[in-house]
Amino acid sequence: MSKTSTPAETPLLQVSNLTRIFDVSKPWLNRVVEREPKQFLRAVDNVSFEIRKGETLALVGESGSGKSTVAKMLVGLLDPSEGTILFDGQPMIMNSSERMMELRKRFQMIFQSPYASLNPRWKVADIIAEPMIVLGVEKDSAKIEARVDDLLGLVGLSAADGSKFPHEFSGGQRQRIAIARALSSSPEFIVCDEPTSALDVSVQAQILNLMRDLQDQLGLTYLFISHDLSVVRHMANRIGVLYLGALVEIADSKELFKAPQHPYTRMLLDAVPDLEMTGRQRKEVEGEIPNPINPPSGCTFHPRCPFANDRCKREVPLWTQTRTGVAACHGVEEGRIPSAEMA
Amino acid sequence: MTTPLLSVRDLVIEFPTRHGPLTAVDGVSFDLAAGEVLGVVGESGAGKSLTGSAIIGLLDPPGHIASGEIYLKGERIDNLRAEDMRAIRGRRIGMVFQDPLTSLNPLYTIADQLIETIRTHLRLSEREARQRAIGLLDDVGIPAASRRIDDYPHQFSGGMRQRVVIALALAAEPELVIADEPTTALDVSVQAQIIDVLKEQCTQHGASVILITHDMGVIAETADRVAVMYSGRIAEIGPVREIIQNAKHPYTSGLMGSIPTLAQEEDRLVQIPGSMPRLSDIPPGCPFNPRCDKVFDKCRVQRPALIPVENRQVACWLYEEATTNEVAT
Repeated sequence: MSKTSTPAETPLLQVSNLTRIFDVSKPWLNRVVEREPKQFLRAVDNVSFEIRKGETLALVGESGSGKSTVAKMLVGLLDPSEGTILFDGQPMIMNSSERMMELRKRFQMIFQSPYASLNPRWKVADIIAEPMIVLGVEKDSAKIEARVDDLLGLVGLSAADGSKFPHEFSGGQRQRIAIARALSSSPEFIVCDEPTSALDVSVQAQILNLMRDLQDQLGLTYLFISHDLSVVRHMANRIGVLYLGALVEIADSKELFKAPQHPYTRMLLDAVPDLEMTGRQRKEVEGEIPNPINPPSGCTFHPRCPFANDRCKREVPLWTQTRTGVAACHGVEEGRIPSAEMA
Repeated sequence: MTTPLLSVRDLVIEFPTRHGPLTAVDGVSFDLAAGEVLGVVGESGAGKSLTGSAIIGLLDPPGHIASGEIYLKGERIDNLRAEDMRAIRGRRIGMVFQDPLTSLNPLYTIADQLIETIRTHLRLSEREARQRAIGLLDDVGIPAASRRIDDYPHQFSGGMRQRVVIALALAAEPELVIADEPTTALDVSVQAQIIDVLKEQCTQHGASVILITHDMGVIAETADRVAVMYSGRIAEIGPVREIIQNAKHPYTSGLMGSIPTLAQEEDRLVQIPGSMPRLSDIPPGCPFNPRCDKVFDKCRVQRPALIPVENRQVACWLYEEATTNEVAT
């Protein structure tokens, strides 16, 4: 995968200060009786990043870190509470205006579970043709049929599979159908939300290889969301690490694995099981993700961070340029965190 | 040698259907020594969880053991009456399930559930049982155990709940703990903690462990031996380190190659074409033959048995040639 873009080129996607707040209050009567105020959950907090044409940016984080919420906002399944998303320089405002419908053709999404994301009552060919019809990419039914056959071939299924129903396929084949559907409007940008976490490893390898081949063939840009660091390392050019809704580090993929800067990134890397049996001990990780309704003050990672001091408890850290990218950490900024070069 | 703690012989599990029985586990045999950790890996549908459920006598009907035997310390346990099995389950064999939220009763406090288990199996007073329960929670790393014991399951986080489940499994000092995907529902950072607790506690209590998982990484750092299952059969069984570093069965080596790792530099993952056959159409001969790149005629006709190769066993015809040749020369 080569990075074809130059820094001068506008990024395909620019996300700035994206925030999503959910109202998680109890029902009105309970609030009145129990005298409780409304409660809000900041699922995504001030997230900014860019994705260049042809690259794969991965977002990693544990459950509850806001990865899927970011994905949904990018494709318009959720409205952002604050912040802007620019797609190819144009603001994304999710309505049905003509300009937006034009933009809509250019991005698609692949979901986690191929069991839930395909309509069981539709034939595969209809599932794949739907985006073309809805977005008005193609109107002629013979052309649609021909394109569906092409797409089935592209993802490694046969044209005859189009007349079957989703239940006739295994999990890996269903995810291929979901990929064919995502490709049917010829998008440039695909958001992949844990595309392989419902699959077995040998099937996961097939799907990951297919996604990379398609990227090379069609020049796709991916936002790849996963909790599995080894999968992310395999897929991504750059990686963003999310913790409690905020990005804590963005760096080039290879660099991030060699020299993780933020203490949370290091913790995640240490927690990956050692398959090569090099004798590397998994480090015991302290604690668990705190309740996001009531996040800790200052840097939200400070209760679990071995390097935390008073400043971390008080001040929210800002982005600092690091050797490998950017990180939001007082310790990194002050240079008081010992370097963690990995062999 | 002394009798193994657990011995499974030619276990066959079937599901009756209108079109005849489906064989989900087909001729699985293995031994487990006292204090040993055996990993069982395989993809979904390989029969690993069914094997675990059969051992503890919790197969869901209509699935049933069609033939084969299971011995616990030389004593046959697969044909026991329900009441007799109940005396073994929990007391001599403990179980840790995948999802801690569904394996704990949401309507009872942790104390109720632990004390009930302890008093069912051990002759202790309510007070002694409570004392013991607090001790167990302390051991599995629950902070302020004496206070938190009166909480309900929903007041604990996922990782903490799984610790409670481990305490529950160990409550009656079982000789064997079956852990079925104990970390699958948890985040990576918590996964490491739970594996540590499970391993440390089982060693301390002297329990053997059967660790069922699809995650080779977890097996690599926990198990002594590993059994790789495919289509209801054991494809390869032997010491973990050797199988991971030098897999003999083509399925095992394909499986190892398909796992993305942190150290790897290659761009493409090894991929095994196709997917595991459905139970209704397992091919004759070796079940892996349609996906195997080293397949030859015999594989399509005759089913390979487990053949000893070095210090492991492999069910693959490739190695029969090797062993017979050695004998011939």
